[in-house]
Amino acid sequence: MDSKLMSYIIKRILLTIVTIWLIITITFFVMNIIPGGPFLSEKAITQEVQDALNAKYGLDKPLIVQYFNYLKNLLHFDFGPSIKLRGREVVDIILDGFKVSGKIGLMAAGIALVSGITFGSIAAINRNKLIDNTIMVSTTAFVAMPSFVIGSFLLLVFCVYWQILPSVGSDPGGLVLPVIALALYPTAYITRLTRSSMLDVLQQDYIRTANAKGVSYYAMIYKHALKNALIPVITYAGPMIAYILTGSLVVEKIFSVPGLGRQFINSITNRDYPLIMGTTIFLATLVVLMNLVSDLMYKVVDPRIDFN
Amino acid sequence: MADKKLEKKVKLYTKPFSFHVNVESFIPATEEEKRQQVLLRESTSFWKDGFRRLWKNKVAMTCVFILSIIILAVVFIPMFWPYSYDDQLGVSQGQPVDASYSNLKPFEYGETELSLIEAGESVFPHVFGTDSAGRDYFIRVIFGARVSLSVGLFASLIVLVIGTLYGSVAGYVGGKVDLFMMRVVDIIYSLPDMLVIILLSVVFNQLFKDALAGTILASLGANMISIFIVFGLLYWVGMARLIRGQILTLKEQDYVLAARSIGASHSRIISKHLLPNSISVIIISTALQIPSAIFTESFLSFIGLGVAAPMPSLGSLASAALGGVFSYAYRLVIPALFICFIVLSLNLLGDGLRDAFDPKMKA
Repeated sequence: MDSKLMSYIIKRILLTIVTIWLIITITFFVMNIIPGGPFLSEKAITQEVQDALNAKYGLDKPLIVQYFNYLKNLLHFDFGPSIKLRGREVVDIILDGFKVSGKIGLMAAGIALVSGITFGSIAAINRNKLIDNTIMVSTTAFVAMPSFVIGSFLLLVFCVYWQILPSVGSDPGGLVLPVIALALYPTAYITRLTRSSMLDVLQQDYIRTANAKGVSYYAMIYKHALKNALIPVITYAGPMIAYILTGSLVVEKIFSVPGLGRQFINSITNRDYPLIMGTTIFLATLVVLMNLVSDLMYKVVDPRIDFN
Repeated sequence: MADKKLEKKVKLYTKPFSFHVNVESFIPATEEEKRQQVLLRESTSFWKDGFRRLWKNKVAMTCVFILSIIILAVVFIPMFWPYSYDDQLGVSQGQPVDASYSNLKPFEYGETELSLIEAGESVFPHVFGTDSAGRDYFIRVIFGARVSLSVGLFASLIVLVIGTLYGSVAGYVGGKVDLFMMRVVDIIYSLPDMLVIILLSVVFNQLFKDALAGTILASLGANMISIFIVFGLLYWVGMARLIRGQILTLKEQDYVLAARSIGASHSRIISKHLLPNSISVIIISTALQIPSAIFTESFLSFIGLGVAAPMPSLGSLASAALGGVFSYAYRLVIPALFICFIVLSLNLLGDGLRDAFDPKMKA
């Protein structure tokens, strides 16, 4: 590993740390701009109770002290208690929700990668034939559909008209539709990405060389074309995680999945500020870290890329 | 001394009818030479060339057609449609709410309307029925499309202005300024936009609710304004990167050197030479920005952070319809289809514009 690559990696990690810090800071101060503080919507409470609550949650100290306290607590993964869900720690709520959402998200990402790469290669190999055109038309359509449209249509078709799948996503069978709803858009995107980069690769000289020296067709496609064509797909891994995370907000609402996304939406409507802050920071950090990983992988996998 | 000599010489050569005139320059042109001057084809300008190509692109023209129909509809239909988007038809002053107007199926009528029809009067039909509050659904969808389209358009304009300004300054000045400005862009770029948007919408909503009351902006709603602010804060970075890249390559061109050597100011060089030459990139990315803004708006409306009720948007209509999806599925399908058509046509039109105007795509 040369020094240029090392310095790039270090720079990239530092940038990530700055970004995460910035997210925490923005979240904290933005949440504190809201006039009245978190207890305002509570039913009429006396001044003493208000003061006691403020003292209990450390809200009577100056903002800057609160900020450093929050940072210190975050380092111990302590997001503080939830205000609306009495007696529960934010970190527990997040982890409980993430167990469900993470499972759905991982399945969706896996399906999107496998089927996207497969469809993309098939389309590229059969360029301008019927199968290629079919794949391209359908992916164009899917890319134009927001996640909630896909989710609602799936709900309509499979739960309302055919009634073959449960519309509530808590039992195992109910996870099928949310996973499909989340996977469709990334699948379409990866298909297009794979197709265009595969077409690019198929015109390279080394493919002709491989052909000339008599490599079998499928070995040529797999070993020479596909492996090189997949490099741009790696860069999509970060955005895909971000899409699946935000998409899960609406998909979990549509299919009533008890995951982190629904928890987040509920915390917004309930104005449960510690939970909003905690969830935002958690999800944002996840996205930023995934971006870092996919960026670094991209640079390590492809030695041709320069770092200027 | 040398100057004077030169002046004399110049006078000598430019003197009319002097012996130094090159007589050969005045020989009549031959037929062949004349033919060389005939314009075989009118020279095409950048725009003409691009539009000709766009005109030939059937997919893009279909999208233009669909979009113009939708735009004409959202502009003109509310002018003559007898119902308005916030009219609760069953509610009239001093009388109990007439529940027969709520949840009408398409082309059904409320009780008082039915009696009017029996009396021989004509009543304008509810093409898509009414919603649970007895509001005409067709006009709500049209209005929702209007809101979504204008959010997309204005948000892209904000992105266009900020991104172009920032990117061109960074690219043109270069050096440490560029380095610093681009680090800022990098950091904003790596923020997860949707989460920040949600966060800011929550907060701005609370902040602006009271501040806006009574002003013109109140009808827009705090959410709408926070969407614009968020776009202004976050979404310009992609555009700024693109413009900077363009400017960086363009500013090394000879014509920029020529402009600078005759004393053109920096702002003139940027606005007259650099930006017009990157216009294709600007057009294409603005066109593709609109659907992504519509996406964002409908997403926010769907999770309840979009435009303020009773103002509809396609996202909030779909969100509201989700509750009654088992009985009134069409109320979910209609706005969803509208979004798909708008976004799909804008996407394909953007692709068409790229094929037509991107110099690199010229085969």
